[in-house]
Amino acid sequence: MGTHLSLTVNGRAVSADIDPRTLLAQLLREHLRLTGTHVGCDTGQCGACTVHLNGRAVKSCNLLALQAQGASVTTIEGIGEPARLHPMQEAFREHHGLQCGFCTPGMVMNALELVRRHPNPSEDTVRAELEGNLCRCTGYHNIVKAIVAGAAAMKR
Amino acid sequence: MNAPIVGQPIRRKEDARFLTGDSTFTDDVNVHGQTHACFLRSPHAHARIRGIDRTRAAASPGVLAVFTGEDLAEAKVNGLPCGWLITDVDGQPMKEPPHPALALGKVRYVGDHVALVIAETLNQAKDAAELIEVDYEVLPAVVKAGDARKPGAPVVHEAAPDNTCFVWTIGDRTAVERAFSGAHHVTKLEFVNNRLIPNAIEPRAALAQYAPGEDAYTLHVTSQNPHVERLLMAAFVLGLPEHKLRVIAPDVGGGFGSKIYLYAEETAITWASKRVRRPIKWTAERTESFLSDAHGRDHVTRAELALDRNGKFLALRVATTANMGAYLSTFASCIPTILYATLLAGQYTTPAIHCEVTAVFTNTAPVDAYRGAGRPEATYVVERLVDTAARELGIDRAEIRRRNFITEFPYQTPVALNYDTGNYEATLAEAIRLADVAGFETRRKEAERRGMLRGLGYSTYIEACGIAPSNIAGALGARAGLFESGEVRVHPTGSVTVFTGSHAQGQGHETTFAQIVAGRLGIPIENVDIVHGDTGRILFGMGTYGSRSIAVGGTAIVKALDKVIAKGRKIAAHLLKAQDSEIDFVNGEFWVKGTDRCKTFAEVALAAYVPHNYPLETLEPGLNESAFYDPANFTFPAGSHICEVELDPATGTTRIVNFTAVDDFGKVINPMIVEGQVHGGLAQGIGQALLEGCAYDPQSGQLLTATLMDYALPRADDLPAFKVGLKETACTHNPLGVKGCGEAGAIGAPAAVINAVIDALAQFGVRDVEMPATPERVWRAILGARTAKKAA
Repeated sequence: MGTHLSLTVNGRAVSADIDPRTLLAQLLREHLRLTGTHVGCDTGQCGACTVHLNGRAVKSCNLLALQAQGASVTTIEGIGEPARLHPMQEAFREHHGLQCGFCTPGMVMNALELVRRHPNPSEDTVRAELEGNLCRCTGYHNIVKAIVAGAAAMKR
Repeated sequence: MNAPIVGQPIRRKEDARFLTGDSTFTDDVNVHGQTHACFLRSPHAHARIRGIDRTRAAASPGVLAVFTGEDLAEAKVNGLPCGWLITDVDGQPMKEPPHPALALGKVRYVGDHVALVIAETLNQAKDAAELIEVDYEVLPAVVKAGDARKPGAPVVHEAAPDNTCFVWTIGDRTAVERAFSGAHHVTKLEFVNNRLIPNAIEPRAALAQYAPGEDAYTLHVTSQNPHVERLLMAAFVLGLPEHKLRVIAPDVGGGFGSKIYLYAEETAITWASKRVRRPIKWTAERTESFLSDAHGRDHVTRAELALDRNGKFLALRVATTANMGAYLSTFASCIPTILYATLLAGQYTTPAIHCEVTAVFTNTAPVDAYRGAGRPEATYVVERLVDTAARELGIDRAEIRRRNFITEFPYQTPVALNYDTGNYEATLAEAIRLADVAGFETRRKEAERRGMLRGLGYSTYIEACGIAPSNIAGALGARAGLFESGEVRVHPTGSVTVFTGSHAQGQGHETTFAQIVAGRLGIPIENVDIVHGDTGRILFGMGTYGSRSIAVGGTAIVKALDKVIAKGRKIAAHLLKAQDSEIDFVNGEFWVKGTDRCKTFAEVALAAYVPHNYPLETLEPGLNESAFYDPANFTFPAGSHICEVELDPATGTTRIVNFTAVDDFGKVINPMIVEGQVHGGLAQGIGQALLEGCAYDPQSGQLLTATLMDYALPRADDLPAFKVGLKETACTHNPLGVKGCGEAGAIGAPAAVINAVIDALAQFGVRDVEMPATPERVWRAILGARTAKKAA
């Protein structure tokens, strides 16, 4: 029927036969039911669909699933659990860095990428690096605080 | 003694699921046998439909059905209703042209719904939609509000040949004219309040299921008010009894007004789910959101303020044309009237006010409430006039406000509202302190040395929230009540589930409401869960909009808690062999006054459900109470916003260097959440002032800002860190003393920003810059003023 695809998602081997038009975001949400990755804009502007592909943050609504052939993908479901949050997730909670929660998974995934490149980010660096992630609820004030605090916590 | 809960920045109960991807938004819900919907939308702003050929689409692979407006009409599906009747200045009802869920005969805006395709997969539905052949006779379009009533303008609806929905007035015209004729000074301005597109990051979505065995429907939908959605869709459109339609709004990813309304998409797929006997899912793509979510604002206004020689306001005269778009959305008509003109007193004692509002139809998307809804527009009128008048009269801008502040409460305005309480001088003084206004001149000079321009702008706003006393709303045209319901279900071992008719789209109700409950019952907050967003579980609800959840929804919960405690007292009295009147309820324990005898809340709950030792002859078992609360008045949050900008005269770029907001929301349950609400509102207000503007091509009616690449939503580096402060005067007419905080930022900010921009440009003689004050507009304003100066 479709094209065969094999990859690793959150450390688990996954394979599927898919319509070649399938986007990576659709593969995650519809085939694997990993609905924590959200689609907000279809044009790579909002960043709600951000996941890690071989350790780098990418917008999964702008990639074909086939581009992840053989790759390792990490989604928000692979970062932490409600009872055991990742330090970055904990920082978002502590600093009220989320309201409706729709942009949040993408924010966290991009925040982790940001810390990888800037282990001690200033607020200005965080604001600049959030260029690709839109939030309509928080005015970013608390997201910026959360990421600075999360970066510090990740060193502990 | 338990630690206090109310008033504390408790971390949110809902966060863990949102942070881990464990949340459930509508598009995350999938059911067995689900099909997918695609809407074919009009590519024209205005066209007659001469015919629709769906043969090829219907035969396309995977397609179950293709429906058009004629199918809905044949099935006697009604149009989408408007929930608010405005009566014209001549006593006539507003014009309410039909609003079919799928276009019938004509399309009236780009994005209007032409046909519904249902297929096994989304790609199959999209492919098939491209095969539908529509024969359009393209008609000229009217796009701008100001053009709608010009002679010869294209007619949007035959029922309104002059494109006028209504002309409505409020206030005493004679008194206003008398005051103007004797005034020392008159300040005049004309404004456009720019049209905005809400852009919640979660697009609208719906999943409709029909169960033939029960002849009943279940609709998952992105809604701020599922009961209202059910009432409108069942009773008014589909002709169903309400118990046959369950509406579930699970986690909702932002709303800002845009998810209040009954939309065509969920209506059409709910109807179609019975036809195809399969569940149907539809999720908007972002461009569909731009095209068909209800837009906000879009006013053209002429306003005049009359003053005496001391800067006292004598009268205000306002004439506004409001764009309704192509159809009346659910609450469209009350936004530029009841929620706008009644706020024109602002924080001031202006004794005479008159406002005339002309609402017009155009070939654009429907316009309805967007965060603030009428109140940002009113604040913009008042606060821009006040700043301009101060400059013209040479009075300090804070001082002219102080001279006109209302200081005695209750205060009856000349435009219907009765403010119960407030302290405007206190919020202004605190904002001035936090913003370091005293140091501004030094900062301005320092900026000048770098070739930059600094400006400072004030906005002292008021809003009417806690919507609304049903009888007053009804007298003003509301076709619904505006109360709220709450139910407190105490479980046998003393934990509590609360069911509320309010709904959250990010406001943190699961935490704030749980704080209220835990605080009142003296139980740990972990023992309280809040349930919302499901007509199948919650007894009724009017939903969340107009910053009403805490004031109306929160109070309904308090009323139910009062009943729980009253019944608990009776149970405790029986268990403790005392009179009801001898029982005190303190910190989760029922005490016999003056003794050491007590029963815990959990013990009383257990007795209610295991009534072995229980006054069954006089008291029902169980501990489950509900209440409806209809507010006695609106609440009146108010505050002072101060914006400081730095402009680059070479490029026209405006940067916000400081933004200070000091607000009075009455009693605050969770200051962390309240401050977050302020931040978000400010971002949207600043977005309106500097970045966001919906643009339609004025001739063709094509939406030019139909993606996030064309419409500038504020990003993190567009905004400053905010300085937020709170002052508190308790609301006098609800037991929590709360007023509401969700919209304040969006209401106060636009005027503060533009006043700051004008302050920076005043040296060139610039009096106004239209929103959004983009670099191009600011640069042109400077150039224009310099050119005019040279010519003079």
